[in-house]
Amino acid sequence: MTADAQWSRKDLLGIADLSAGEIGAILDTAESFREVSARPIKKVPTLRGKTVVNLFFEPSTRTRSSFEIAQKRLSADNINFSISDSALSKGESLVDTALNLQAMQPDLIVIRHAHAGAPQMLARRLQAGVINAGDGAHEHPTQALLDALTIRQHKGTLAGLKVAIVGDIEHSRVVRSNIHLLTRMGSEVTVAGPRTMMPVGMDKLGARVAYDLEEAIAGADVIMMLRIQLERQTRMLFPSIREYFLLFGLTLARLAAAREDAIILHPGPMNRGVEIASEVADGERSVILEQVANGVAVRMAVMYLLSGAQRGAA
Amino acid sequence: MRLLVRGGRLVDPTQDLDGPFDLLVEDGVVAAIDGRIDAAGATVRDADGLVVTPGWIDMHVHLREPGQEYKETVKSGTLAAAAGGFTAVACMANTVPVNDNPSVTEHILKEAARHGFARVYPIGAASKGQRGEELAEIGEMVAAGVVAVSDDGYPVANPALMRRVLEYARHFDVPVIQHAQDLELTAGGVMHEGEWSTRLGLPGWPGAGEDIIVARDVLLAEDYGGRYHVAHLSTARALGLVRRAKEQGLAVTCEVTPHHLLLTDELIATSEFSPNAKMNPPLRGESDRRALLAGLADGTVDAIASDHAPHHPDEKDVEFSLAPFGVIGLETNLGLCYDRLVRSGILTLPRLVELFSSGPARLLGVPGGTLRVGAVADVTLFDPDAELTVEPAAFRSKSRNTPFAGWTVRGRAVGTIVGGRPVELPAG
Repeated sequence: MTADAQWSRKDLLGIADLSAGEIGAILDTAESFREVSARPIKKVPTLRGKTVVNLFFEPSTRTRSSFEIAQKRLSADNINFSISDSALSKGESLVDTALNLQAMQPDLIVIRHAHAGAPQMLARRLQAGVINAGDGAHEHPTQALLDALTIRQHKGTLAGLKVAIVGDIEHSRVVRSNIHLLTRMGSEVTVAGPRTMMPVGMDKLGARVAYDLEEAIAGADVIMMLRIQLERQTRMLFPSIREYFLLFGLTLARLAAAREDAIILHPGPMNRGVEIASEVADGERSVILEQVANGVAVRMAVMYLLSGAQRGAA
Repeated sequence: MRLLVRGGRLVDPTQDLDGPFDLLVEDGVVAAIDGRIDAAGATVRDADGLVVTPGWIDMHVHLREPGQEYKETVKSGTLAAAAGGFTAVACMANTVPVNDNPSVTEHILKEAARHGFARVYPIGAASKGQRGEELAEIGEMVAAGVVAVSDDGYPVANPALMRRVLEYARHFDVPVIQHAQDLELTAGGVMHEGEWSTRLGLPGWPGAGEDIIVARDVLLAEDYGGRYHVAHLSTARALGLVRRAKEQGLAVTCEVTPHHLLLTDELIATSEFSPNAKMNPPLRGESDRRALLAGLADGTVDAIASDHAPHHPDEKDVEFSLAPFGVIGLETNLGLCYDRLVRSGILTLPRLVELFSSGPARLLGVPGGTLRVGAVADVTLFDPDAELTVEPAAFRSKSRNTPFAGWTVRGRAVGTIVGGRPVELPAG
């Protein structure tokens, strides 16, 4: 069965609803798109004549430029709305913004929003396919997919791997999408962080919960460190960066608890010396820049599959 | 005017009545109840196949007037009440301006007298402007007609003020209704803190945020007296605190809402973040819901109230986190509760009538809640077999924000009688 045949969705709103087959289809498609970025002429005509709108209600450099590059390499026409020039600042509701965009008949809308559920709201009203580029602390599906692609390239599979995700679990959309994806593909996921940043019921999502860094990464094949937002300190969640780093910062010495061939991921942007020491971030086991490269391939794959689903439905 | 309600199943828990009785109403009061009444010259209301009960009272309603008439008015709200089988509502003080003085109270009562389709009992603010700083003029408001005090919409957060409100309200023998929410613990929270808030990545509103205030207030009521009533109680632990306070003999009571009895936080996931699943306090988990059902049956809960909170569709149709809290209930309470609580065997019909009629009447110290001879003739009639499908577009309320759209239940209000007069609804 080809990847196209596995895919019939109009939108990519999250990982929670995806089957292993659908996840596999995206990853396989992404694998085939990687090669495009290695060409001297980095462009294929796949989405020529398609219009993609990037609707970013929250500042984002990495995700947005990754989507933009992916769009350009697929020959799509793209336009960007960001928070500063969006109608939101003029008091327009998200629904009205959506309806106005729809009137211009885009094929795909990529949305990043500070509030969970905003992509669902858009998807219910739009004929265009909606891609969630991060909604509040809910989901960030393309991030989890690029993480999975990176892991799969190094480990050959996702099944049977031990993955540790460490940091601010509560406020992370990356961790939720990753748990859904990795557990569905057969990995064993442990999340770890201070109790103040560990939401209730994580075990019900299928992850093991630890409160100690070494315990979490013991025997791990993959370690993913999450960004600590410095302003959380003022919200009673941790006392100081110094103490956070002492307890949960990943250093070379601590890394000894993991498997020797463990790889290190980080969704970025990194706080060096807060959640991760530079010696680890820049070390040979770090695959952080590969994640960024894979982000383009994954986003090309998602946009390709979604526009194919539209063709199929038409 | 003489009115004979003939041939219905009359249910009045205050007299232990449940059976086929005729009801004669004369001069606005109940004149007789008997197996068969022949009253020459009386207007006859055929109640064959209907249930006849003391008028239903929704003790927690937001009528939004004055100030937010685009959401609801005294007229539209009482029309919704009458259509839903209610003969009276008590309306909360968080209007614009706040009902914290007799002139606002009088305005509401004047509107009710002029346009009302049901009795309206205003609830006054506990503190000036509901700001939680100074006592409101409770004495003057009681003289003008308020039946209770509450800062609902907000809690009385300051324990020193809560103590004073409990003490001061004793002069007028009115209940103090608390919206129990610790503002620090629940800061930013938009749904119950639990598995589903974690899955959805939405900021949690933990049960402890409610329980802590109820615990604190019960301790204050123990030391300073007063009648303390918990609005829209939603957690098992807060219910346990009320149960213990009652065992101690304190004048502590509580109400629960149909949505907390019938729905859980999982709805926010299954409805894909529907803002109509957002209310305050939030929908809780299944164990809390089951505890509330048990509290209905064992007598800990004193009343069911809708916390009817109208919001304009434009206000609700936004991102879940940004939507205002609240759902409406006047037109769905009866059918939902009859079908899902009585028909399903959780409660007897007389117990449901207590919760919707005699319970709130006793709590608020208002007429009604009984069909004893001589009592005010406020009566609710409903058809226990008629099917009702919840269609927001057909609501009499100005607002549409219900989480029950599309539900089909059996049990439909067919009429109300207020002060001995059948309430006529305009075509609509």
